[in-house]
Amino acid sequence: MGKIIKYVFYDIVRNKIVLAYTAFLLLLTIGLFSLGGNPDKAVLSLLNLVLLTVPLISIVFATTHFYNSYEFIELLVAQPIHRRKIFMSEYLGVACSLAGAFVLGVGMPLLLLGASVTGLYLLLTGVLITFIFVGMAFLASVITRDKAKGIGVALLLWFYFALIYDGIVLFILYSFSDYPLETPTLVLTALNPIDLARIIVLLNMDISALMGYTGALYKSILGSLWGISLAFGLMVVWILVPVLSSRRIFSRRDL
Amino acid sequence: MRNSINYLVTVASVLLPLVLAQTAAGATLTVCKTCALTSVKQAVQQAKPGDTVLVNGGVYQESRIEVNKPLTLIGKNNPVIDGNFTGQLIAVTADDVTIQGLTLKNVATSYTRDDAAIRVFQRSNIKLLDNTILKTYFGIYLQNSDNIVIRGNNIIGENKGRTESSLGNAIHLYYTDNVEITDNNVQGHRDGIYLEVVKNSQVRNNVSHQNMRYGMHFMFSDGNTYTHNTFRNNGAGVAVMYTNNVRMEYNTFEENWGAASYGLLLKDISNSVIHHNTFRRNTTAIHMESSSQLDIKSNDFERNGWAIKLMTTCIEDTFRLNNFTGNSFDVSTNGSIQENHFEHNYWDKYTGYDLDKDQQGDVPYRPVSLYSMLVERVPPSVMFMRSFMVDLLDSIEKVLPSFIPDQLIDEQPLMRRIDHQAV
Repeated sequence: MGKIIKYVFYDIVRNKIVLAYTAFLLLLTIGLFSLGGNPDKAVLSLLNLVLLTVPLISIVFATTHFYNSYEFIELLVAQPIHRRKIFMSEYLGVACSLAGAFVLGVGMPLLLLGASVTGLYLLLTGVLITFIFVGMAFLASVITRDKAKGIGVALLLWFYFALIYDGIVLFILYSFSDYPLETPTLVLTALNPIDLARIIVLLNMDISALMGYTGALYKSILGSLWGISLAFGLMVVWILVPVLSSRRIFSRRDL
Repeated sequence: MRNSINYLVTVASVLLPLVLAQTAAGATLTVCKTCALTSVKQAVQQAKPGDTVLVNGGVYQESRIEVNKPLTLIGKNNPVIDGNFTGQLIAVTADDVTIQGLTLKNVATSYTRDDAAIRVFQRSNIKLLDNTILKTYFGIYLQNSDNIVIRGNNIIGENKGRTESSLGNAIHLYYTDNVEITDNNVQGHRDGIYLEVVKNSQVRNNVSHQNMRYGMHFMFSDGNTYTHNTFRNNGAGVAVMYTNNVRMEYNTFEENWGAASYGLLLKDISNSVIHHNTFRRNTTAIHMESSSQLDIKSNDFERNGWAIKLMTTCIEDTFRLNNFTGNSFDVSTNGSIQENHFEHNYWDKYTGYDLDKDQQGDVPYRPVSLYSMLVERVPPSVMFMRSFMVDLLDSIEKVLPSFIPDQLIDEQPLMRRIDHQAV
């Protein structure tokens, strides 16, 4: 398994996209920190990056990578190696290299230029988001053999979680505005990893004062160690569900 | 030559009564540890009307001093009157009293008597100058009095770990007219400055900070002027209610940051003027309800959560020449009917253009965003702050307004920030 991960990793580094991604993140982070002057503001802008760009790049890159290495996977399947192992090494190889790029590109300047608890949370959620969306990409790729279709599904997933979901929830909140909505909002945000990540970071910034009663409720839940572990636990569930289900599909289907 | 004669006459006319008062009207009784008089209470009892009691440096453990005749009570070399939590320190029960330069401390919370460091009841011509008041329930408490000067006092309470109801106000005025409150520093009490039914008064150059509830709180206090005050980091900011003809100018409201906090709460205020104030980093800079005919001009709103929360119960208010910079929400409101007027403000979120170069934007600006309306209507939706979808909806609404109140509009927003310092 370690050998396959190593090979996947070399393959990814060789095609230079991940290197470009690292450089892009590095430049952007340093730029934001040197431009704003206020580290809090830079973290806020970085949050938007983590919530939009990181999922998009993770999901598109992982899908194309999976289809591009289809022949290699077929070769491996012909060997006496368990399919689960092949799948997990592919997943870990891609996810770890993207997460590594994120940690290098965002984490390093963040810790050097504006180390704070919020920054640490941002970094952690960014890594988790990478793992989640690579998992979703693999799910999209094992569902269909057709590359175009797979990328389409992946993009739709991104579109849904990054954009449409919030719109739907806002519409629901608006339609049921006569009811107490604090707890439903809590549940609804837990159903979207991007919202979960956003709230974990926002509640740790002083902007949380703007969030009034609902924010106070969230803060009382997420502010405790138990709550914050619950939030991160939920994000881990968001990694496990797509990865395990796609592994199951991969090990059973006819390639 | 003429000038210098004028000057001499003025000086003489100011000094002469003073000198006469000192020599003719009153003797000076000195209190110190080694003098004949060793307690302030003794000295006040022995003094005749018009006398001066000079309290020399040292700590005097006493309380319940009653000033029942016109006196001047002056502290020299920082004398301290320590009440040891045994009750009220000084009660003034005569007109024409001056209390200056004393340090008064340690008055316990007393729910039935409202004990204060200095209390004045139904008197006039009282001057309270340059006193330091530490750890008291109420600091300065006046009721039914008039012609009062409260200047240069430093009133510091301790509110750590205490509840709102166990704290008193630093300066508390009730049914008192013609008051001048200047250059005081008040902190650590429930309300910094509390005025109830106080008319024709001036509140100037005070600093009110770290109070549990309000930096300043007034009700039913018509015709007052508040200028050059700083209200910082108070529990809930400044609240003014049920009053008309108020002038609030050159004040600074800052760092009133918290889930239930605002810079300035205006409730049932009318015919008033709010000019040249600075609102910096408040959760809500101005929250307005049932207020009418206010002239809000030349103020700076910087980095607040909400710059203005304008309830639809407000009518005929005018917002002119204000700067709105770095606020999360510029204006939010709770309904579509608007009878207030915005013109010539600078909004940093304005994206219009100025083709004729007259420094005024050619397209109108709508300061209310769709999302701020949504948050006002459905508070839980605030959890979607900074979501990409929210930004998108706001941008669409800006191009094609359909939900946001169309009367709430700045027809001629300014292209450049107004420099109020230069004007």
